[in-house]
Parts: sequence; structure tokens; C-alpha cells
Amino acid sequence: MRFVDEYRDEQAARRLAALIRRRVTRPWTIMEICGGQTHTILKSGLEELLPPALTLVHGPGCPVCVTPIELIDRAVAIAETPGVIFCSFGDMLRVPGSGRSLLEAKARGADVRIVYSPLDAVKLAHANPAREVVFFAVGFETTAPANAMAVWQAAQLGLKNFSLLVAHVLVPPAIEAILSSPNCRVRGFLAPGHVCTVAGYGDYERLAARYRVPIVVTGFEPVDILEGVLMVVTQLEEGRAEVENQYRRSVRREGNRQAQQIVQEVFEVSDRAWRGIGVIPMSGLVLREPYRRYDAAERFPATAAPREESPECIAGLVLQGLKKPPECSAFALRCTPETPLGAPMVSSEGACAAYYHYGRREAAS
Amino acid sequence: MSGFELSCPVPLPTEERILLAHGGGGRLMHELIERVFLAAFRDPALEARHDGAALEVDGVRLAFTTDSYVVRPLFFPGGTIGELAVNGTVNDLAMCGARPLYLSAGFILEEGLPLETLRRVIEAMRQAAQRAGVRLVTGDTKVVDQGHGDGIFINTAGIGLIESPLAIGPQRVAPGDAVLVSGDLGAHGVAILSVREGLEFESPILSDTAPLWEPVEALLRAGIEVHCLRDLTRGGLASALNEIAQARGLVISLEEAAIPVSEPVKGACEILGLDPLYVANEGRFVAFLPASQAERAIEILRSVPVSSGAARIGSVLEEAPGAVVLRSRVGGRRVVDMLSGEQLPRIC
Repeated sequence: MRFVDEYRDEQAARRLAALIRRRVTRPWTIMEICGGQTHTILKSGLEELLPPALTLVHGPGCPVCVTPIELIDRAVAIAETPGVIFCSFGDMLRVPGSGRSLLEAKARGADVRIVYSPLDAVKLAHANPAREVVFFAVGFETTAPANAMAVWQAAQLGLKNFSLLVAHVLVPPAIEAILSSPNCRVRGFLAPGHVCTVAGYGDYERLAARYRVPIVVTGFEPVDILEGVLMVVTQLEEGRAEVENQYRRSVRREGNRQAQQIVQEVFEVSDRAWRGIGVIPMSGLVLREPYRRYDAAERFPATAAPREESPECIAGLVLQGLKKPPECSAFALRCTPETPLGAPMVSSEGACAAYYHYGRREAAS
Repeated sequence: MSGFELSCPVPLPTEERILLAHGGGGRLMHELIERVFLAAFRDPALEARHDGAALEVDGVRLAFTTDSYVVRPLFFPGGTIGELAVNGTVNDLAMCGARPLYLSAGFILEEGLPLETLRRVIEAMRQAAQRAGVRLVTGDTKVVDQGHGDGIFINTAGIGLIESPLAIGPQRVAPGDAVLVSGDLGAHGVAILSVREGLEFESPILSDTAPLWEPVEALLRAGIEVHCLRDLTRGGLASALNEIAQARGLVISLEEAAIPVSEPVKGACEILGLDPLYVANEGRFVAFLPASQAERAIEILRSVPVSSGAARIGSVLEEAPGAVVLRSRVGGRRVVDMLSGEQLPRIC
């Protein structure tokens, strides 16, 4: 398959890994932001190809993992409201709230549906005028344009029975939060290629200059990631701290202007709580005034305060790259994908799930 | 998980409910089988946990199996629920090394179902039975209220004759065995999903539903010492291999580059965020046999149309604990885990 096979090529991977080994002269810690990249690293066994001096830590780029527990509880409560069709991307369904997950709500009779596009939820609302259709708008900059388009379309169609439960987050403020933490040991970043395809990478230039860290916009295939690592390592060894673009086949500096326009039309930036991390200023999106009538959080009554997170779960430290999943005392024992204590064990983008599925290496080595 | 010992059937805690994932072929389903079904119906034939039970009656070795079909939609590219209901049960018999002979069919029909729909499904079953060389000899019909079924549910049971003296089953899998698949993976699951999700691909992906006795018979006739056969239905290749690896305390090692997946299926899986190793097949099986016979076995399989895409994908290693490992295309190694819950489409 073109644009895939050449980025999974063993020869290319080995060549890049050899270059990285040659270039590294001292220990470096690099964070890949996106959960999709984390999964590629573990699924392809990339760490095995890298020199021991290089540590990859896994960032907060899993939208499912950072969606606050209150919002999951809210989603479940809305889904269980009679007459509601609750639509979501597949990964959100298994995430534990303080009580049930959406999948468990479905088993108890709630009408929860997996859709591939928020526009499908708009179609459902159009076809079912007597039902309230709610879409769980989760994600980073990548999914924001489609969600904005759904609201815009609902407005054009004059739909009164469609709303979004918004849990949108933004990458650059999260990177800044990690960099400004006194415990930060990350010296370079692989920035998420898909997010930058939409949003561009202008924002990252300010971060690279201010915190003196190299940031390389990177793709998601094994060869992409090795090349991104090589570019970060080269900058570190040469004492540079710039933004470079490895994912040139998809990303331009200015991003996708049209996509940005629809996002700006429908959403505005606001403070947002991240599960496991806390409130990060100006790190989320909320619906702008003219579209606020499509906000499910306003349309449905608020629910009771959530129970606390599992005290044993170290998801916050994992999401900030301060710990790796196997360092958690509950990992693979009390916390598994079937009985998760925290969201990173559930999501297909979550670091804990990646280690659980691919990374229990005692058997692989 | 393994090592879980129960002497009497214990109900799941009252708060636990059946989730769709309990039928997904992954870890939850295996827990359910162990904790509820096996605990209640202890029997050596059941505990062999093969696709069907191998039974001896007056010196004749029979295989007996049953399966229910609840696929939605009833009609999909490459087949219908009718073919699945025949081929699925025929294949469970074939995986015991048994020549499929007789089937039963039970129908649960939903009030309001157009008779024409039923006729099309029955015609598909008739043709599938003819192709597989089995006779449908007994049946049952029930009708449920509208809204209490999904058009048509079908249960079939099958009886087959084990002619070969080999005892085919997971217990025979041994270090040094070669692991073969009979063709490219994932077409059935992707065909179903493409209809269910309204996705259209440039070239339509057809279900691989097919009877598998012919290639199995060819292997046995040629004197290939088949150790174990497994059809790769729910949960796909990864789940089937994990079951066997865990049951035997062996490591099964795979080469990612050798696992056949067609370009359209690969593309669809990329878009949907699915791993073809976990996608269901309805006309594919994995065979364990001595490595010395692997080349000949592949030649034999390739001479039969339904298994013309056969390939060797790995080996059984000596070491414990039971696990499936894979050497990735770029040369790293990782574990191939059993499916947790259902494969859910990802966000981005």
C-alpha cells in the first residue's frame, strides 16, 4: 500500500536506527506527544532498535485518557436519559467513569451508538426528530473541524434535537504545562503529525524558543518515528532547539486554513481540566455564544459530584511522562483492559494499554 | 484467568452484566466460558475446548458441534447469514478432522419478517450445504414478537465422521511445529463492517465465507501429520493462537511480514483503526504440523481453491509461559495479546 509500506520498511528502519545509535553521545529523554505514536513504538518494538541512552516517554496525547471523569459521568447520565440517542467514537465507550462506562450503560438499555463521523450523528438527528441526539465531541485539534462542521450543519438544517457534549483539548498548552513543571526531564518532543496537519506548527515555534527544546512534527509509522527521533537527537547533540517537520507529506506550517476557520467559527478557547493532570489554562475548546444552544452540558441537567479517582492509579504521572506504565503497582495486576483503574489502560491510544498489549516483553525477548 | 479453579457453578456477581464483548471471542468470553459454562457442565469432551467435541460411539469416532448465527446485516458482500450458518458449523467439524455429514437448523424469526427474505436465506443455505456435501436433516422454527429478534437468528448443529486415526487438537501442538494459515485474513469482518458502517471502498471487499473440509481432507489424504486445526472466526488469528499457546504453555512466534492480508483489507483496517490479526474470518484456518512437512502442506493447500493463498507464518517454540510473539516488519519483537473486549474504532 503506497504511503504505508515504505514507512514500515525494515531496511529503512535499520538504517535510521544505526544513524541514531551513531549520533547519540549521552542520555536524552524524548517525549512523543500522541498516543498513536506510542502505540506504533510498542507495536513495532522500536525501543529494541534504539540505543539504551535514549529514553522515550509517552505524553498526554490520548484524548480519551485526558477527558475528565466528570464528563464521562455526565455522558453516561445523558445516555441514560429516556429518549436520547448518545453517539460516540468507539474508544470512549469502555472508559470507566466513577460509576459505569458508556458500554455498561448500553448493556442496561441506553441507546449508545458508535459513529465514525459526527456528521453521522447529525444525520441521525435529522432522521429521528422525536429523539435527542447527543454526540460526545472528544479529541484534540484533529477532530475539532469535523465536530465544528457538525454543529454548523445542524444550525443550517435548523435541527433542535442535536447537541454536542464538548471535551476538546489543545496540544500546545499541554506541552507548555509539561515543560513548566519543575520535575520535567523531557529534552525534546515529537509533535503530533495529525494535529499539526490541521493546526499547523506556528505555535510550537514559540515553545521551542522559550523553553529551548527541539520539537519535530512527526508521523505515525515506524520509519516516521525513527526519523523524528533522529532529527530531535541531531538537534540535541548540536545544541539546537528548533521546530522541524518530519511529516512533510501531510503537514504545512500554516496547517489547514479552512479547517481552522470552521473551528474558529464554532468554538472558542477556554480553560480545561485534564484527567490526571488538572486544569491547564486556555487548553480547551467550548462552543461560542451563537452555537451554545447546541451544548449538551447546558441542555441536560448536571449530575452529582463524581467519586474520586482510584488512589492507586498513576495516570497523571504517566500522561506527563514522569512514570512509565510498568512502574505502576497496579499495572497488569489490579488494572487491566477488562478492569481498568484509569483511562490510559482503556483507550486504543493509551500508554498503559500499549504496554499491556504489546509491551509485556518478558515473553517476547 | 488460567489456574482459576472452581468446584461448583458460581454466578457472576449480581452487578455484572453481559456485555457485547462477552461474545467477542476475546478474554471476557473465555472468562465467561470458564467461570459459568465449564464450571457447570464439567465433561472431558467439553474441557478439551476444541471447536467441536470428538466422541466415540461403538468404535466409530464422531465429531459433534453447534453454533448460532446472529449476524447483522443478514445480507453482506460475498454472502448471507445462510452461508455462514452452514459453513460455520461445517468448519467446526472440519477443524476436528471430521468429514461433515449432517446438520440441524433452528430458526428464530421475528414477527414481520418478509417471507422473501427468509426464502433468500434458505436458498443460500441449500446451496452452501450442497457445496459442502452435508445434508440438512432436522430443524425447528420459532417466531418471536416484533422487536425481540433481529430478523433471523439461526442455530445449526452438525455431526461429522472422523476417519483419520490422528487425534487433532491443541494437546498435540508441539515445539518445532510450523504454523500455517490457509489464506489472507480479515475479509469477512471488513465486509460486514463496511455495510454496517456504510463505508464504500473502491473495490468491494467480499466475505471469505467458505466450507473448509476440502483442504483439510487434502492434507489428511496426503498423510500430513496434522497436529491442530482452528478456524479463525471471532477474535481472528490472534485470539485463536493465544488460546492454543496458553492451553499448552508454549510460545508461538510469528513473522509479521509473512502474514497474508489483502491490500483492500489492509487499507480498510488502516482507515477503521482495526488490526487484521483480530478481525473475524469465515473461511480461513490455521494449521499446526511438523516443520519438516510444512512445504508439502503448503503445496497441497495451494492446490485447493479455497486455500490457494496458504502461507507459513511462524513456528512453535519450546519456551513457556504461553504467549504469542511477533517479529514486526521493522524487526522489533512484541507480544500479540488476546483481544480485550471488542475492537472498537478509534478516535483519530
